Amino acid sequence: MSEHDTAEGTLRIGCAAGFSGDRTDAAGPVVDALVAAGGPACLIFETLAERTLALAQLARRADPDLGYEPLLADLLRPVLGRCLTHGIPIVGNFGAAHPHGAARRIAALARELGLALPRIAVVEGDDLSAPERRTRLRTGFAGSPVDFERIAGSMVSANAYIGASAIAEALRAGAEIVVTGRVADPSLALGPALAHFGWALDDWDRLARATMAGHLLECGAQVTGGYYADPGYKDVPDLAQVGYPIAEIDAEGHCTISKPPGTGGRIDTHTVKEQLLYEVHDPAAYLTPDVVADLSEARVVELAPDCVRLEGVRGHPRPATLKVNVFCEQGWFAEGEISYAGARAESRARLAAKILRERLESLGRLRVDLIGTASVLGDDAGRWLAAQPAGEARDVRLRIATLHADKAQAERLPREVTALYTCGPAGGGGVRTGLRQRLSTHSCFVPREAVPTGYSFPPLR
Amino acid sequence: MSQAIVPLHRVAHGRTGDKGNRSNVSVVAWHPALWPLLVEQVTEARVAAQFRHREPARVTRYLLPNLQAMNFVLDEVLDGGVNDALNLDSHGKALAYLLLDLTVVVPASLLSHLAGPDDILPASRTPTETP
Repeated sequence: MSEHDTAEGTLRIGCAAGFSGDRTDAAGPVVDALVAAGGPACLIFETLAERTLALAQLARRADPDLGYEPLLADLLRPVLGRCLTHGIPIVGNFGAAHPHGAARRIAALARELGLALPRIAVVEGDDLSAPERRTRLRTGFAGSPVDFERIAGSMVSANAYIGASAIAEALRAGAEIVVTGRVADPSLALGPALAHFGWALDDWDRLARATMAGHLLECGAQVTGGYYADPGYKDVPDLAQVGYPIAEIDAEGHCTISKPPGTGGRIDTHTVKEQLLYEVHDPAAYLTPDVVADLSEARVVELAPDCVRLEGVRGHPRPATLKVNVFCEQGWFAEGEISYAGARAESRARLAAKILRERLESLGRLRVDLIGTASVLGDDAGRWLAAQPAGEARDVRLRIATLHADKAQAERLPREVTALYTCGPAGGGGVRTGLRQRLSTHSCFVPREAVPTGYSFPPLR
Repeated sequence: MSQAIVPLHRVAHGRTGDKGNRSNVSVVAWHPALWPLLVEQVTEARVAAQFRHREPARVTRYLLPNLQAMNFVLDEVLDGGVNDALNLDSHGKALAYLLLDLTVVVPASLLSHLAGPDDILPASRTPTETP
């Protein structure tokens, strides 16, 4: 062995959530499998899609105690005791906009369960929304088409995608639970791998391999047959009980993906290839804060049923900058729906659409869909729908949507849809309307030196 | 029967991902023997035409021969993306199925590798257009 012999054998990383609101019964079988396998293991939770953090900031504004993953206690309750007993650290970005609040909630949960207070670390540095940190954003947006001064007043959140190093340091310092806000999703897995194997932070090939293991894990069931099934073409057994993934990472960073025995789902070369390329742009340069991963020579090998190995990933030096997502309030999103069924349903729905367009013309941007005919693959401007010949569909739901800066104007849309009950075509029913605030997103890049990160063990009782 | 024209979803499968106003669609051959058909027939130009109502600013195809997979990146096809689009599916999650509706000419020797029920295999016919 070389200088990389700080740890023998492999590390198993289970993933028990792939988005905010994921199934709370996923973690149990994953932890059972990690315990049964023995050996070093870690459990990760990925609960932050692009927009989730802005919604968490809004929740924290409304209640200063909130702002972390709303399901945090439900996700951890089934497994917290077993993970602590068996020395399986938990790493999650469930801190969202309030990692310290999440740490306090976990401490309270441990008390509720009669457990000793765990060592909970909080990773920080990603949140750039505080007034004193806005200079970095101003610099980041300089030279971009976005006028930062114009959006700053309506800013809801600003977070850099930070990397794995603070997670690894916290684990090496003895953390049993690591709470983060915005980190790059694969960093949740790379952190534990760095802590376990002791790789240097410029060991690009190994970092890239473990990063892609994290990428396969980060969406939970999306690699184990979830989001894959297409009956007759892509059949997946027992999808209702789909098992969540476990990556076994070796000292070279290569990984093997499996799932807990007795769970549903499927892992084969096809499910792994779909997830490997999910949200990837140039496969030779998958950018993360930790490394640039190169998938161009990647291979997948089915070792056994529901057991696939990923090989051939290479790494290149990490980018000099970090990506920052800024979310701002941008106006009001209104939508309304009404159904038409039976003879000439489509013709009546098209007439209703014509009426709404005439009544709401001054709103500007309007999207009209005929659910059951054309409602998803088309474009907002309606070119696709206009190109579809009028058909004879007998069960059609009309949907109309707008986005307007002025709430009073946006409110006109739900009212006009409701008015179709008495003023529209015959037989319309089932009106549903909605009005909610919308967020806009803007991205920039800032030098990594401008975003110092670290961890702490906050005092908890 | 010398060849058949089949929908791409019988030759390959795929998944859509989104980041901002950019969509990516993977196209993965069901069998290594089908891979050359994808490279030859599922081109940037044909994909751009399939999405023309979405007005992509650019369509880029990346090839991964080891995986018998290609990755299409479509810039600015999401009407602004998840926060700006008025679409029910503002992520564009369904767009893989629009791409997989393209047609592919498959020689008779490769028909046994196609996915999906055999009973809907189309009868042999001469293509009227070159894909």
